[in-house]
Amino acid sequence: MTVTPTLELRGIDKSFGPVQVLHDIALSAYAGEVTALVGDNGAGKSTLVKCIGGIHSVDAGDYLFDGRPVQVHSPRDAAALGVEIVYQDLALCDNLDIVQNMFLGREKRRGMVLDDSTMEEMAAATLRGLSVRTVKSLRQKVSSLSGGQRQTVAIAKAVLWNSKLVVLDEPTAALGVAQTAQVLELVRRLADNGLAVVLISHNMNDVFAVSDRIAALYLGRMAAQVKASDVTHAQVVELITSGRSGNLGPQTTPNGAAV
Amino acid sequence: MTAALAPQKPERPNRPTDSEEGRPPAAGLADVGRGYLAQVRAGEFGALPAVAGLVVLCLFFSLLRPVFLSNLNFANLLTQSAGSIAIAMGLVFVLLLGEIDLSAGYASGVCAAVLAILLTNHGWPWYTAVAAAMLTGAVIGLLLGTLVAKVGIPSFVVTLAAFLGFQGVVLILLKEGTNVSVKDPTILAIANDNLSPVLGWVLLAGCAAGYAALQLRRSRDRLGRGLAGTPVALLAIRTGAVVVLGGAAVYLLNQERSRNVIVSSLKGVPIVVPVIGALLLLGTFTLQRTGFGLHIYAVGGSAEAARRAGINVAYIRTAAFVICSCLAAVGGIIAASRGNSVDPNTGGSNVLLLAVGSAVIGGTSLFGGRGRVVDAVLGGLVVAVIQNGMGLMGYSSGVKYAVTGSVLLVAAGVDAMSRRRSAQR
Ligand SMILES: Nc1ncnc2c1ncn2[C@@H]1O[C@H](COP(=O)(O)OP(=O)(O)OP(=O)(O)O)[C@@H](O)[C@H]1O
Ligand SMILES: [Mg+2]
Repeated sequence: MTVTPTLELRGIDKSFGPVQVLHDIALSAYAGEVTALVGDNGAGKSTLVKCIGGIHSVDAGDYLFDGRPVQVHSPRDAAALGVEIVYQDLALCDNLDIVQNMFLGREKRRGMVLDDSTMEEMAAATLRGLSVRTVKSLRQKVSSLSGGQRQTVAIAKAVLWNSKLVVLDEPTAALGVAQTAQVLELVRRLADNGLAVVLISHNMNDVFAVSDRIAALYLGRMAAQVKASDVTHAQVVELITSGRSGNLGPQTTPNGAAV
Repeated sequence: MTAALAPQKPERPNRPTDSEEGRPPAAGLADVGRGYLAQVRAGEFGALPAVAGLVVLCLFFSLLRPVFLSNLNFANLLTQSAGSIAIAMGLVFVLLLGEIDLSAGYASGVCAAVLAILLTNHGWPWYTAVAAAMLTGAVIGLLLGTLVAKVGIPSFVVTLAAFLGFQGVVLILLKEGTNVSVKDPTILAIANDNLSPVLGWVLLAGCAAGYAALQLRRSRDRLGRGLAGTPVALLAIRTGAVVVLGGAAVYLLNQERSRNVIVSSLKGVPIVVPVIGALLLLGTFTLQRTGFGLHIYAVGGSAEAARRAGINVAYIRTAAFVICSCLAAVGGIIAASRGNSVDPNTGGSNVLLLAVGSAVIGGTSLFGGRGRVVDAVLGGLVVAVIQNGMGLMGYSSGVKYAVTGSVLLVAAGVDAMSRRRSAQR
């Protein structure tokens, strides 16, 4: 592989007190591609995402961005690199409006004063760029939005900045059929626009519909990373549930030594 | 900007394009009215209950006791409520975070005691004494804020402990309960003197003009960029309301209200009114127009979301407590001025409860995330009208307390209901 991945993780370990949640994780995500991150409940997907986003700091391992080793200790560090995360539990403030949420923590200012007009313009342009037409007013409180609209705001927030990597943690989990299709289309468009996208999902149809690569986590270990075109539904399900499938995954039990 | 995400179609999807070429469609008054109704239905009552309550109470008391409407009583009402309003304004900042400061009343007492002792016992000039009182407030806020934000003790417990502790500090400062009188003319003027009638009018004109200009500039800027701006008609109505209400108030306050004009003349806007007005402007600016203010709302709405957005949540929490205690210090200074002295009861008894009540009655949520500084003023006036009106009707303190408590309960009920409503959708 000659292309440098936008994000490359090597040997990531993470423990919460005595419980080790991530063991020696390796993960690569490439520009222009959707990398699906799959795994059963509690496999450690969200924890890995929080490590990428600087919410948790890792215990060991390398974090390479565009081939350069970097240190990410806070959400600000991640944002400075161009990493944006759409968290499973949406990180939106219900009492703020759409524009305020999209710019939260990175408001545009004119002197001491918030530059509301510029922020509203930029937010409108971004939503337009994503062909989002479902919100009536950008000055609407987020508490008044539907699940799909909230998800849209969260995703738009992630692409508002010159982001290079967008990570989406189960963006379609709470959505109906039509809204899921909309969000998946949005996810695909992000990658087609040249971003590296990591998508977490439990839904195999969604995974195969949009992703180029699939990375399967099993009990906090990376079971396999494969091209989506090289595997079948059944193989991915097997990787998720047993950590291996045929010649994919570690060839001994997860507790023993890997190949 | 997202250069990679070029718009796919060059049209504006979010706005109707019915108006002529290039002219952004200004929302009409009807739209604004409809939007407001929708807000109310969604549980966002805003200032509505407090304003309605104020009007009803004023009508009620002035019908039963015409003296309620007298110029003297009107001025009294404002000076009576000022100290509590200042404390309530500070509490808004803490309540916005979903926290509480039960010690704000006695914090104001401590600051007032510091002021009085420095002025009277040590002969400091008023400005250094005021600075010392404010500094005391800031240190108190820093202490409380650090215990809440960094150590992680619930604010209820921290400030309950401080409530008791500061009560003790006041007693110690005042040597077990002596009364320290305040004789400094500048400090006494705050709650006891008035602006000259001309100055009152000048100030009102300045405020109205500034208000209109700011609103107009903002609306122009938004319309110029093709964003939905406030209709000019609404701006005119708002400015008109400021002029009419403010004009009526200044006119009434400029009438002679001395019982014996030969001995002393008493007219003009009480000096506390512009003091509270300045705090209102400053607080509103901070909360509505600065990034710091937005972050207070964000932390109150979802501390976790704020943290993930890179906001320093501990700093915001600490700063809110510092602001609260500083405004409590202002309240203490006003109380010292009004009482001509400081005693162990300054900032004690019902001061804190009335201040919390003011903020909540004005529409600030106890659950955090919703509230404005003006709520403290509106709610403070409601509380003052109840206390004043019932006093005129000859009710005992007991009845007054019971009624004020019930009003607070009703306001908190409205708050809880509106929260349920917005959570239901
Ligand atoms: N802050 C924490 N402290 C302690 N344990 C944690 C913490 N966060 C996660 N864990 C544990 O780490 C494991 C992995 O959790 P994680 O949320 O990453 O799973 P997941 O793969 O995202 O699952 P799901 O599909 O249900 O979202 C779980 O066993 C969880 O209990
Ligand atoms: Mg998860």
